[in-house]
Amino acid sequence: MATRQKTKLVPIPSKSLVPERDVDKRPILECINLGISFGGLKAVEGFDLTIGRTEIAGLIGPNGAGKTTVFNLLTKVYQPTMGTVLLDGMDTHDMTTAQVNRNGIARTFQNIRLFQNLTVEENVKVAMDAHMKYNMWSGIFRMPGYWKEEKIAHERALELLSIFHMEDLANAQAGSLPYGAQRRLEIVRALATNPSLLLLDEPAAGMNPSETAELMENIRKIRDTFQIAILLIEHDMNLVMNICEGIAVLNFGRIIAKGTPDDIQANPAVIEAYLGKKKEA
Amino acid sequence: MTFLNFLISGISLGSIYAIIALGYTMVYGIAKMLNFAHGDVIMVGAYICFYAVSRFSLPPLAGVVLAMLVCTVLGMLVERLAYKPLRAAPSLAVLITAIGVSYFLQNTALLLWSSNPKVFPSVVGNGKIEMFGGQLTISHVTIVTIAACVIIMLALTWFTGNTRMGKAMRACSEDKGAAQLMGINVNATISMTFAIGSGLAAIAGVLLCSAYPTLVPTTGSMPGIKAFTAAVFGGIGSIPGALLGGLLLGVIEIFAKAYISTQLSDAVVFAVLIVVLLVKPAGLLGKQIHEKV
Amino acid sequence: MKLKLNKTTRKNFATYGVVILAYVLLQVMKGSLSSSLKGMLVPICAYVVMAISLNLTVGILGELSLGHAGFMSVGAFTGVTAAIALQNVIPAAPLRLAVGLAVGAAFAGIAGFLIGIPVLRLNGDYLAIVTLAFGEIIKSIFNNLYVGIDKNGMQFSLLSDKTNLAEGGKLIIEGPMGIGGIQKISTFTAGFILVMITLIIVFNLVNSRAGRAIMAIRDNHIAAESIGLHVTHYKMMAFVTSAALAGAAGTLFAMNYSTIMANKFDFNTSILVLVFVVLGGQGNMLGSIVAAAALTVLPEMLRTFADYRMLVYAIVLILVMLTTNNATLRSWFSRFSLKNREKEAA
Repeated sequence: MATRQKTKLVPIPSKSLVPERDVDKRPILECINLGISFGGLKAVEGFDLTIGRTEIAGLIGPNGAGKTTVFNLLTKVYQPTMGTVLLDGMDTHDMTTAQVNRNGIARTFQNIRLFQNLTVEENVKVAMDAHMKYNMWSGIFRMPGYWKEEKIAHERALELLSIFHMEDLANAQAGSLPYGAQRRLEIVRALATNPSLLLLDEPAAGMNPSETAELMENIRKIRDTFQIAILLIEHDMNLVMNICEGIAVLNFGRIIAKGTPDDIQANPAVIEAYLGKKKEA
Repeated sequence: MTFLNFLISGISLGSIYAIIALGYTMVYGIAKMLNFAHGDVIMVGAYICFYAVSRFSLPPLAGVVLAMLVCTVLGMLVERLAYKPLRAAPSLAVLITAIGVSYFLQNTALLLWSSNPKVFPSVVGNGKIEMFGGQLTISHVTIVTIAACVIIMLALTWFTGNTRMGKAMRACSEDKGAAQLMGINVNATISMTFAIGSGLAAIAGVLLCSAYPTLVPTTGSMPGIKAFTAAVFGGIGSIPGALLGGLLLGVIEIFAKAYISTQLSDAVVFAVLIVVLLVKPAGLLGKQIHEKV
Repeated sequence: MKLKLNKTTRKNFATYGVVILAYVLLQVMKGSLSSSLKGMLVPICAYVVMAISLNLTVGILGELSLGHAGFMSVGAFTGVTAAIALQNVIPAAPLRLAVGLAVGAAFAGIAGFLIGIPVLRLNGDYLAIVTLAFGEIIKSIFNNLYVGIDKNGMQFSLLSDKTNLAEGGKLIIEGPMGIGGIQKISTFTAGFILVMITLIIVFNLVNSRAGRAIMAIRDNHIAAESIGLHVTHYKMMAFVTSAALAGAAGTLFAMNYSTIMANKFDFNTSILVLVFVVLGGQGNMLGSIVAAAALTVLPEMLRTFADYRMLVYAIVLILVMLTTNNATLRSWFSRFSLKNREKEAA
């Protein structure tokens, strides 16, 4: 079992908490009073969150609390109706999903969304598109630019796949992979876009305990190797409490608690949200 | 006054489109398929009525009923033999099959009834009402067409809203799997939808040929495509949408013919469709479904 | 990079091989072919190019187009007009044909771009109906277009001939009469070259970053956006390429006849090409080629059935769809075909 690592969260000027080592740098993500309402229903409101440059943060909460909606707001799948998202200091208000990605946010999906008919390697290579330069004609006429960049992409794809020891699957069709491998491939694909913030939506869903333990190690490894921030949604409390440095708890679209794993575990509001109100004796 | 004349003939043509569009829209709603053979069922209906009335001297009403019966059976048969085995197949395969059925019906008609145009006798005679000193003329066909359209719409709205089968149809079009779990016989419901759509197609065929009396094996193609357009126009899957789309399409077509150009009227109709879809991507009354992320 | 032949590359080379082999065989047998079959060689090439280009839209991009004949029409009319206009400037027929093909492709590509702007904003069946609508609009326009040429250049008019050509001028497009007096300069060799160019363009496009992106968008557009792909840009790239190739096919087709009319390129032609694509398999270019060739020849072969041939065609179509989509039969067939295909490619 992975050993628990403790991080001290310290306040930065906007009174948000980030890990101590990130305190001198601009936070990678700042959400200020973020919210969205569908018709009259406020799915998420008053969402404030700051994530340090190399922080592993967790977003937890009961089903239907609005966690995935937060991801959709951050990646502009939904346009927020309230508030601001600052990505590395840039307001994402006018960005599209693709632009948000090109500016640094990559994500995975709760219901896996791979390019099923492409091979594993192609799934990874297609994510490098923003970093490739050769144009349509170079592709059609197989100009030197094509060969050069395709070679780089091929090697980079295998390198990224090796994080999860998936190099051997490079030529397999993505849709034919087992469930766990599909989840891992989604992470690799997201990494291939070279993000500064990685959003993982229930990365451990459907995995057995040993797979989950391995995933935890890999999430940490990814953060250490790429020096990026990771925000994850997860129901596996063991995973969340073990690898997240900061945790935000969402219930009915609002943040009810924020802090270190220890803070969260001791927070009565969190216990109430998960287990219901304690009956007065 | 000419404007009013055009408007009335537009509504009349639109009523025919609306009746055909109902068939498209109901089948699309429930089977999620573009039934390209629907237009040819119209042609079959018209031929049956034509032969019943002119060869076997049946009264026009009996001819219409016979046409409806034949088309209903035909529609159910086509569904059973060609579409049902493809329920799980990709939608393109179903589309191609529907096109195959369309060719089949057209060519069977060609063999049975030859390509010589038949002059269709109007089932309601050629009488007309004149108003305002002859400035405004409304033929009996026009009145019957519009009335038929109104009656069919009311009946269908009542049917889908109040009967067991109607509710089953709505349930199936929402979610076939869930409907089946609730004990609805999905196959029977789909079959019934084809039956109703094809029966309506027969009526549309008779009305169409009463107004435009040249009958050939390809008579159904263009009105079929136009009615399909009308269904999309109004929001495919929606019954009021089919009515609205059909009427608008008919009126636009007649006005385009009258005020712009006869040859370009089809282009105008399709251009309007494109503009509507750009503004309302799911048609006038259609509901836009967003994919859940 | 080391030449590593993966499955796709092998399949692509097999496709080139089949096309070249077919060409060589037909050239050798040319003397023994019936005249009706000989007359079909160029149309077969045109339909093959149509099928491959539509497969780019339907199979690779994953959008249903019901108006592909519209682009063929644009290519036919503009390409032939260019060839006629340049008759005295470029006396060499093959060069004139090449210029005509390029002009046809360019105009069809432009039409594809203009149509793509509204069309690619829609999806699914709505996109399909709008392509159908554009196909019909293009047909209506060419049915009512009059184009003439005289010493003052090109003259255009719509609905009726108002071109007022100067002395020695010539009316090229005559509304519903289309274009008459075309010099039949399309040859089987030209058709073969066009098929090969089309294959090279489509295969190399598909196996480049653009093709990957296009297929990614087809498979999951939300995920495609989430990894930073410009969805509209890539959709447009596929759509315009597809339209331009259809335009070239249109020019090739038209230059094989002495007259060409807008009604030739109607909804039924669009559907015919779609049938090739679906029967050949979406995304399977070799399948498209075989289906296009076979189904163009089939009605000829059914000539003995005379009146029944279109009926037989319809029944064959339905039965093929029913059997190929039958789960039991499908698994039974795949046992054989997979092995055979591997052998063929090796």
